[in-house]
Amino acid sequence: MGGKSEPAKSESMATTTTSPDLINSSFFSFKSLKLKTKQQELLLRIAILGLVYILAFIARLFSVLRYESMIHEFDPYFNYRTTLFLTEKGFYEFWNWFDSESWYPLGRIIGGTLYPGLMVTAALIYWALRFLRFFVHIREVCVLTAPFFASNTTLVAYFFGKEIWDTGAGLVAAVLIAICPGYISRSVAGSYDNEAVAIFALLLTFYLFVKAVNTGSLAWALGSAFGYFYMVSAWGGYVFIINLVPLYVLVLLITGRYSMRLYIAYNCMYILGMLLAMQIRFVGFQHVQSGEHMGAMGVFLLMQVFYFLDWVKYQLNDTKLFQTFLRITVTSAILVGGIALGVGTASGYISPWTGRFYSLLDPTYAKDHIPIIASVSEHQPTAWSSFMFDYHILLFLFPAGLYFCFKRLSDATIFIVMYGLTSLYFAGVMVRLILVATPAVCLISAIAVSATVKNLTSLLRTKQKVSQTGSTKGAGSSKASSKVTLDQSQPFQKNGAIALLVGVFYLLSRYAIHCTWVTSEAYSSPSIVLAARGAHGNRILFDDYREAYYWLRQNTPTDAKIMSWWDYGYQITAMGNRTVIVDNNTWNNTHIATVGRAMSSNEDEAYEIMRSLDVNYVLVVFGGVTGYSSDDINKFLWMVRIGGGVFPVIKEPDYLVNGEFRVDKGASPKMLNCLMYKLCYYRFGELTTEYGKPPGYDRARGGEIGNKDIKLEHLEEAYTTSNWIVRIYRVKPPTNRL
Amino acid sequence: MAARIGIFAVVVAVFLSIPAFSSAQDLQIVNAERRIDLSSHIVKDFLTLKVENIGISPAAEMLLAFSPTQIKNLAMVQALAITGKKKKKTYLPLDVKPAEQPDAPNDTGYYRVTFVSPLGPGETVSLEVLYILTNSLEPFPVEITQSESQLVYYHDSAVILSPYHVKQQTTFVKTPSTRVESFTSIEPANRAGKEIKYGPYENRASYSYAPVIIHFENNSPFAVVEELVREIEISHWGSLQITEHYRLTHGGARHKGVFSRVDYQSKRSVSGASSFNALLAVLPPRVNSVYYRDDIGNISTSHLRTGFRKSELEFEPRYPLFGGWRATFIIGYRVPLEDYLFEASDGRRYLNFTFGCPLVETIVNKLTIKVVLPEGSKDPYAILPFTVNQDLQVKYSYLDIVGRTVVVLQKDNVVPTHNVPFQVYYTFKPIYMLAEPFMLVSAFFFVFVASLAYVHIDLNIARK
Repeated sequence: MGGKSEPAKSESMATTTTSPDLINSSFFSFKSLKLKTKQQELLLRIAILGLVYILAFIARLFSVLRYESMIHEFDPYFNYRTTLFLTEKGFYEFWNWFDSESWYPLGRIIGGTLYPGLMVTAALIYWALRFLRFFVHIREVCVLTAPFFASNTTLVAYFFGKEIWDTGAGLVAAVLIAICPGYISRSVAGSYDNEAVAIFALLLTFYLFVKAVNTGSLAWALGSAFGYFYMVSAWGGYVFIINLVPLYVLVLLITGRYSMRLYIAYNCMYILGMLLAMQIRFVGFQHVQSGEHMGAMGVFLLMQVFYFLDWVKYQLNDTKLFQTFLRITVTSAILVGGIALGVGTASGYISPWTGRFYSLLDPTYAKDHIPIIASVSEHQPTAWSSFMFDYHILLFLFPAGLYFCFKRLSDATIFIVMYGLTSLYFAGVMVRLILVATPAVCLISAIAVSATVKNLTSLLRTKQKVSQTGSTKGAGSSKASSKVTLDQSQPFQKNGAIALLVGVFYLLSRYAIHCTWVTSEAYSSPSIVLAARGAHGNRILFDDYREAYYWLRQNTPTDAKIMSWWDYGYQITAMGNRTVIVDNNTWNNTHIATVGRAMSSNEDEAYEIMRSLDVNYVLVVFGGVTGYSSDDINKFLWMVRIGGGVFPVIKEPDYLVNGEFRVDKGASPKMLNCLMYKLCYYRFGELTTEYGKPPGYDRARGGEIGNKDIKLEHLEEAYTTSNWIVRIYRVKPPTNRL
Repeated sequence: MAARIGIFAVVVAVFLSIPAFSSAQDLQIVNAERRIDLSSHIVKDFLTLKVENIGISPAAEMLLAFSPTQIKNLAMVQALAITGKKKKKTYLPLDVKPAEQPDAPNDTGYYRVTFVSPLGPGETVSLEVLYILTNSLEPFPVEITQSESQLVYYHDSAVILSPYHVKQQTTFVKTPSTRVESFTSIEPANRAGKEIKYGPYENRASYSYAPVIIHFENNSPFAVVEELVREIEISHWGSLQITEHYRLTHGGARHKGVFSRVDYQSKRSVSGASSFNALLAVLPPRVNSVYYRDDIGNISTSHLRTGFRKSELEFEPRYPLFGGWRATFIIGYRVPLEDYLFEASDGRRYLNFTFGCPLVETIVNKLTIKVVLPEGSKDPYAILPFTVNQDLQVKYSYLDIVGRTVVVLQKDNVVPTHNVPFQVYYTFKPIYMLAEPFMLVSAFFFVFVASLAYVHIDLNIARK
């Protein structure tokens, strides 16, 4: 419950900064130790920041306490595996790694198809610790990387808040972001994913850029370029930076806020950042070749035009002549830019926008054209409830913060407003992008909280002083304004302010409670181990995934090829140490469609496909016994859709009955005889899952299955885990031809 | 000095020459009874011998002979001398050492038993010998399905292989169940219930051999630890940390074909009879911080019962083990230091810990025990009641600079009877204990000094 006290503390700080008298009276007995007001303020600020830093770290350790120190979910297993490889084999081996254990028989060039920032970061931490004689396991480093960077993010948030508003807002922002569920969801201990370091890098880049714009200093711009480089090395979300920053610059240009500071900041950041980003193999020359990055280049050229015009204006000293010149230059610049873009696109030098980018701009695009993107749950449009779940009171504070920002418009506040609005739009398009919006929402909300509380407390204090001394000393701008209202002497003003303050504290404490609850209940599950409550309230763990993966690792030939739906690919290679056909790096749609086709064909056809892919084992996830709903039967329609997208022989309506997906007696015959159905329900008809229900009662879908007499011809059951969640089948060798 | 070495050499020469004048033919075995216990996968042979010296000179020792396959799988040989009659029997442990005989027929292996006192001419002595064989049950059929039970072959001789003349002998073989498919009959031999009796046979010459094969059902868990590495880390701050890396396998008939969860769940008695899914480890009392995990994380199926005399850890591998299936896992725990570390009278410290494998009824094919001594320890040596390979290594752990000395003890073919105490002696100065805290304190001190310096030194180039 450390979180509850934090906002309160930051408020007390806000009080002390402007009223030394109160503090002096409370420190009366320590007169000999008395610090200067400035020192007191510094001490409090550092203490609060230190506490927030620790809080951000420990709030993310719920998953370790509830479960264990383990890597979570899907992608983190790939990251863990590559980090392990990096620490064992060194950087050059890692850079040149051709992985033959995935995407059989194609393989994957790991070094050229990943963002190495996360792995290199973890490896550096690991090597540093080893150098300092702390012999930790690389797994512990990986598990704690995300909380560590979340802590660092709070520091950046503080400085960012300080830059755009004041130190009070910075402190509140640090507290808010430390426990905001939108961020915690991706940075709990064990969530070893790119986003873990990327949000830190994102916020750092933005902060340094805003700082550079505010100061016009080359050093900050350089820092921002390096921040951008780190971001590019860590996450594909860097595209957001390379589009938001030019957009921001464009807005400043349009609103007539062009300045030399902006020119220096943007040019340095863009050119250096671009050159640095090209060092990442996965990104390569995209900065000059891909449509998504062209905006930044356009704005860069526009800046030069602006500079040039400024210079011409200075030289000409004639408004009319300059107007003409301006018209000609701007028109020709746009024309040249348009032609260059057109030629580049037409000749194929500049690649068009990718599907993912399109799906961000048009939320319905993926659903219609790219089922593989639409099938991922984190790519779904966000529901209102998840906004509420992830932001809680920030959702209401955000508009208030925007109001304050608009009231005190500056280069910095324009940036945060733009960041907030654009990222919030993207958060609405895709669930996972709530994460990107979180820092902005926290910062803007912090401005609202800080500004409100400051106004209210100064109101209270001024009145006190009036009653005590009858004079005001050291009046700040906010104080002066509140004094004006005081002079009008509204009735119950002091009480009203107290009530409002109490209300703010109540809201903030609700926020802290909500965050703690969400973190412990919703976001700390590793999703490898499933937990449930037993009939007597005891905790039951379903550890079937690891049971199956470890079985594969120990009891199958080392060169065995496992076919499963792509969701489990990373986990099988990392935990099972076996070759997979497809995995979560969905780079080859045809290959995935082939697997989808095998799963949705009948056994004979599927056997031909599996033979052609050298498959030895087939792994399916089945929740019918435990009532685990995200299993392969529920994902089956996506397999059909993705398979059908490439192979038109697979048609979605064949598996539906009147547009309805069923597994019981009323299911379509194609459904009842497809490989996935057979493998999931093989011998399930003999099992009684629930008292009072017929045998073969599927608890995940709540119905008796339609095909209880399943015979397998080309496959045999190799292993089924204790709760039936994972079922593994062995593909039999072909029978001898006579 | 030279004279002393001379005397020593003479003594050694005298000792070495003893076997020369008590040749094999001077002893004979009057009566021998052998009981072979085949109820688990560890074969235990109890041999009761009555040995008589029929030569003219006193005999100080005798030889036990084993066939080449047995000598390969022999985990342990123990011998006791029985003195006194009936109720007042006392047992004296005898010294047993592997022996080499140059003229051994058919690669026979030997163990030499030294009597308490040399056996005079005409005297007799009663001995009890226990020897344990591992990996001696050969599954046949080699592969079985889930519903079949496991049948094994046991190869041995109906008569005792011995370099001495045996006047009278009987062998009893105990099988785990009444299901015996077949056994080689060498008259007189008969079977009753779970017992097969060979003999009595009279007057068998030395090196007599009558091979027999017994084919019977054995569904006991064939838990074989292929490799076990136990690391015992001594911290003078108050605890011993023990980490055990297991590579376990089911050493019985290989599983073939389908594994059906339905059958395994519902017809437990007939399905997978030879498989096992629970193991028991006996850990020291006052054990704490016990964990059970493997390469991919914690395994949640374990129970710990602590007691005054011992603690028991009941655990299940992630999946049931069928024939040929493997599981690797790690068990770690901590015990208080004062129970195991003592100071010898000469100021040395010694660790007194149990050798062997904590798992009940398992064979360890290769056991490595690593005793990690604290940093700064010197002159380590280990004392064990049997021979093991010893080695020294260096390990780096938290905050180590010169590394810790590791005493590595390595032994093959380890059975539960090897769970006996062993000692590791070393010298250690307590001042070394303070090295690591001092390092941490000085690191903090340095940080504060650095920040102090940073605050007070003006690094600005430009004048303010």
